[in-house]
Amino acid sequence: MERVIAFPLMGNYYVPSSFLFSKISDCEILKPPPITSKTIELGSKNSPDFVCTPFKYTLGTYIECLEMGANTLIQMGGGCRYGYYFELQQKILSDLGYKFEYFNLVSMGHADLKNIYKIIKKINPKLNKIKSLYYFCLTIKMVKYMDKVEDYIRQNVAYEEEKGKLNQLFDSMLDDFNMVKTFIGLNRVYHKYKKLIESVKLNKPKNNIKIGIIGELYTLMEPFANNNLEHLLENYGVEIKRFTNVTYLLFEKGKKTKKYLKKLDNVKYKMGADAMDNIYYTKYLIENNYDGIIHIKSSFCTPEIGNMGIIGKMCEESDMPVLFISTDTNTSNVGFETRIEAFYDMIEMRKKNG
Amino acid sequence: MDKCYLGVDIGSISTKGVIIDEKYNILSQNYIWTEASPISAVKELISTLSIPKGYKLSGIGTTGSARKLIGLMLGANVVKNEIICHAYGTLNYYPDCKTILEIGGQDSKIIIINNGIITDYAMNTLCAAGTGAFLSSQSKRIGVDINDFGSLALSSKNPVKIAARCTVFAESDLIHKAQLGYKKEDIVAGLCKSVVLNYLNNVGKGKKIKEPIVFQGGVSKNIGVVKYFNEILNTKVIVDDNSHLMGAIGAAILSSKESSDKEYNLNMNEINFETKGYECKGCSNNCEIVRIIKDGKLIDSFGNRCERGTIAK
Repeated sequence: MERVIAFPLMGNYYVPSSFLFSKISDCEILKPPPITSKTIELGSKNSPDFVCTPFKYTLGTYIECLEMGANTLIQMGGGCRYGYYFELQQKILSDLGYKFEYFNLVSMGHADLKNIYKIIKKINPKLNKIKSLYYFCLTIKMVKYMDKVEDYIRQNVAYEEEKGKLNQLFDSMLDDFNMVKTFIGLNRVYHKYKKLIESVKLNKPKNNIKIGIIGELYTLMEPFANNNLEHLLENYGVEIKRFTNVTYLLFEKGKKTKKYLKKLDNVKYKMGADAMDNIYYTKYLIENNYDGIIHIKSSFCTPEIGNMGIIGKMCEESDMPVLFISTDTNTSNVGFETRIEAFYDMIEMRKKNG
Repeated sequence: MDKCYLGVDIGSISTKGVIIDEKYNILSQNYIWTEASPISAVKELISTLSIPKGYKLSGIGTTGSARKLIGLMLGANVVKNEIICHAYGTLNYYPDCKTILEIGGQDSKIIIINNGIITDYAMNTLCAAGTGAFLSSQSKRIGVDINDFGSLALSSKNPVKIAARCTVFAESDLIHKAQLGYKKEDIVAGLCKSVVLNYLNNVGKGKKIKEPIVFQGGVSKNIGVVKYFNEILNTKVIVDDNSHLMGAIGAAILSSKESSDKEYNLNMNEINFETKGYECKGCSNNCEIVRIIKDGKLIDSFGNRCERGTIAK
């Protein structure tokens, strides 16, 4: 049986993950269909009703991929309910009658290289240790570059003179990343596009509105899950700061959380998943004179519910506007847009009147 | 010729319209039921509003849940969300107001204002309990006209307790109490009180409600609800005579701020507007694309999530 690998979608991270698997295995890699309302329908039909939304999204994508012929599914697990997705989804999918193998690369948020190697060895028994390590490092570098460029775009895309230019360049950078074979090649592509992207003409006003978006990781990173929040804000001409990305979650979180914890007086321990991190980000955004904070999460996300009280209090004390949004599998975004529009108008009004 | 401005607030239950002059005095106003057809409601509304002699219409603002559709239909120069419009409208009459409580047909909101600037707001997210729609559906059940609801509630000396958490619980509580033989006025008073409690627990949760407090939206016309707001907040909330029109007034004020020399006319009756739904087959999202057709010509469409659903004008 030939293996066909599939993994769930989240933002643009399909590119590096498919790159890695195409290099370290000779299996076919299935590109999951874009998330649509059908995906969510499939996912929520087969999920427990009160599970968090990313579970439903990823389950829906798995079902679609299995229908398209995938037989090897890859999942990761974080430090909250996300850590149990693997077991539960495996059970649900087998009960539905699908035949597949299911691998969990990251257990409870710890990217353990040895464990990952063991799993990949199972997928590809002919795996060469040195070669896989090489491509693993190359992919990490690629993710880091991607996140760096995306950060820059988030800050500036609202102000570009020629609309759509930055995203267009970013897309072709991702295309070129797919062709890369070595570190030298990757660096060359990155620096070429970095130059191009930084030379895109911007009309950035001095006193522009800056909003930080924090919250639960999947809803933050998958545009379909957050009703295209970033795009909506861009249209209002807002500079966006988002801290959560894969670079942070997989490679920096371990070290940084300790640092963050020391800097916070009101938190004594990590609160599960990114709850404490988001409290630190709130502090950062307040201290760096941002104009507003949007906290977005999937419904029933327990760690984020835990930090909402503290974040609300911090914002109240420092007179920082904050908007809390929960999303579920609803796809109508009229009410969502009204809230974001009002939040923007409120900030603009505050800013104008000093 | 003096300039005047039209503001239209098209809510789920009622449609409100005002015409104001440059000093924001109301020249003409009306309040009618939307009855689930905003286009004909607005046509009717417009036909009853009159521009006094010596004035020319220099701006149109729309707000409310059908603001986009009606904005297109009227060619409005401002289409704004309800929160901002309510704040602008209220601040015009009560410049030192600190809290706006608003309960409408489908949604309710709280707006916190500091020195004339909105500093915080919240809208009901999860539940329609504590809105006008809940009150009017229950009034039918009890057989009391919604207009008499407030005065009946005031006559109660012993309001029954009704769960304020959610409409389903509230309704089953209400039926039980009714079957136990409680008086109608006590039940009505209990309902009014539950609306207030639900509002303060849901929308007003965690918000600092400071005086002066202005209460508006359709439900503010219910004196029973006003009474319980006063009782529970232990203060006196302000209810303006035009409390139901504040959103429309705000929209008109906003349109005056962005008006140009262009003159608008209100001859709507001969023009035929139509909304046609259309399911985009570009992908499995099946976006419902709304097309607005004016006299057989497509003037705009919305509802698509990506370029595939864009229809050329």
